[in-house]
Amino acid sequence: MLLISCPNCGSRDETEFHYGGQAHVPYPENPAGLNDREWAEFLFYRDNTKGAFAERWLHSTGCRQWFNMLRDTVTYDIQAIYPMGTPRPATAAATSVIAPEGATK
Amino acid sequence: MSTDQLPEHPDFLWRNPEPKSSYDAVIVGGGGHGLATAYFLAKNHGMTNIAILEKGWLAGGNMARNTTIIRSNYLWDESAAIYEHALKLWEILPEELEYDFLFSQRGVMNLAHTLGDVRESIRRVGANKLNGVDAEWLDPEQVKELCPILNISDNIRYPVMGATYQPRAGIAKHDHVAWAFARKCDELGVDIIQNCEVTGFLKDGNRVVGVKTNRGTINTEKVGLCAAGHSSVLAEMAGFRLPIQSHPLQALVSELHEPVHPTVVMSNHVHVYVSQAHKGELVMGAGVDSYNGYGQRGSFHVIEHQMAAAVELFPIFARAHVLRTWGGIVDTTLDASPIVGLSPVENMFVNCGWGTGGFKGTPAAGLTFAHTIATGTPHKLNQPFALERFETGALIDEHGAAAVAH
Repeated sequence: MLLISCPNCGSRDETEFHYGGQAHVPYPENPAGLNDREWAEFLFYRDNTKGAFAERWLHSTGCRQWFNMLRDTVTYDIQAIYPMGTPRPATAAATSVIAPEGATK
Repeated sequence: MSTDQLPEHPDFLWRNPEPKSSYDAVIVGGGGHGLATAYFLAKNHGMTNIAILEKGWLAGGNMARNTTIIRSNYLWDESAAIYEHALKLWEILPEELEYDFLFSQRGVMNLAHTLGDVRESIRRVGANKLNGVDAEWLDPEQVKELCPILNISDNIRYPVMGATYQPRAGIAKHDHVAWAFARKCDELGVDIIQNCEVTGFLKDGNRVVGVKTNRGTINTEKVGLCAAGHSSVLAEMAGFRLPIQSHPLQALVSELHEPVHPTVVMSNHVHVYVSQAHKGELVMGAGVDSYNGYGQRGSFHVIEHQMAAAVELFPIFARAHVLRTWGGIVDTTLDASPIVGLSPVENMFVNCGWGTGGFKGTPAAGLTFAHTIATGTPHKLNQPFALERFETGALIDEHGAAAVAH
């Protein structure tokens, strides 16, 4: 269970939140100008980063506000929480420890 | 319960060769799909100068972590075709591989708990029958007859309103499946190289010509990726993207019990799937953790939910104990169907996106992916599962149908 610090409500259990996937994916500026490949990119292709990943979360059962979070997808460490619409904070990208496969069996 | 039905096996089923400097083809990933692919490359296409590179130990990823359910009762024609072909292969493989992996066709039930479920289930039974897949619709009394420990009373939150049933479905012993393929691969001359992690690819223009590993560079004409949860990482090394998100998927077992559960029961609505392994453990799984993750572990509330569902459906499980929980990394796509075919890099092929249901597809993935690698064109069974479908819009949307839970 992740313990997530909502910017408005403070520390709450993961079960109060919904996941929103990769952050910083803007709606195309000129949708009509996109070809099929570009539409596929927007609709179906998201980064699948192993390591520090900027993602969106919604505090569904609390303030019902969206926010961004920088989380390591290997260790699950939460590195930063920041408002929607602000740029991804610089991080110590090297904090990601490659866990040995099977170590958590 | 006795374990004497388990077959004995010799100490060594395969060699542990040093990697050669070049191969005709390299398969990345020594799980079920990689092994099956190598087996069919050697057997059907005469390609024996090939290697499987596995960064850990053989079949130690999702092949060691799945809940071993095998079925083919998918809604759409494309899925029914490939999964039914897999099921037919499961039926002949123990003999062909000369290794008993305890494929037990004890049937799989998919429960319906709402009117929507009932309509969807009956529709799927009809679709299955039209596709030559064995399927029946059972009312609650028939459900109880086949699985007496199921609670079909009205006084639970989501009463059982019926179920689809596929009698030819079942379970197999996953480790033995891997060993069966590995032994045959080895016999046919395939090099299975464990503890060999791919760290990059050598390309000549847009054509792959080699693989960089922690044990040196290996030249090769063709590369097949069978890395499940790590497919995106490999694709990135090769310079392209995949429409895949990797999620933790958890499962658990109880301690050993006398045989109480004669079939496999899956419920998408209250979300749990349960079977009883040959040794006697109750084996359970449910959905993925919502967040992206490569950690091979998930959050405990997911386990708590599936146990709550299991106890409501099977009251006698209330006094069983969880022995072990674990997680694997599953490669999910947005249409819940796999990607098997060509990649944007010449001579590199992708088999991924099987998500939570890769085990059952193992033989067909191997057969069709081997065909794709050997001939450079997809087999008719995997043609619809091409990467291009995300551009053309010809998705195979199994989300709302059979494939929510595996």
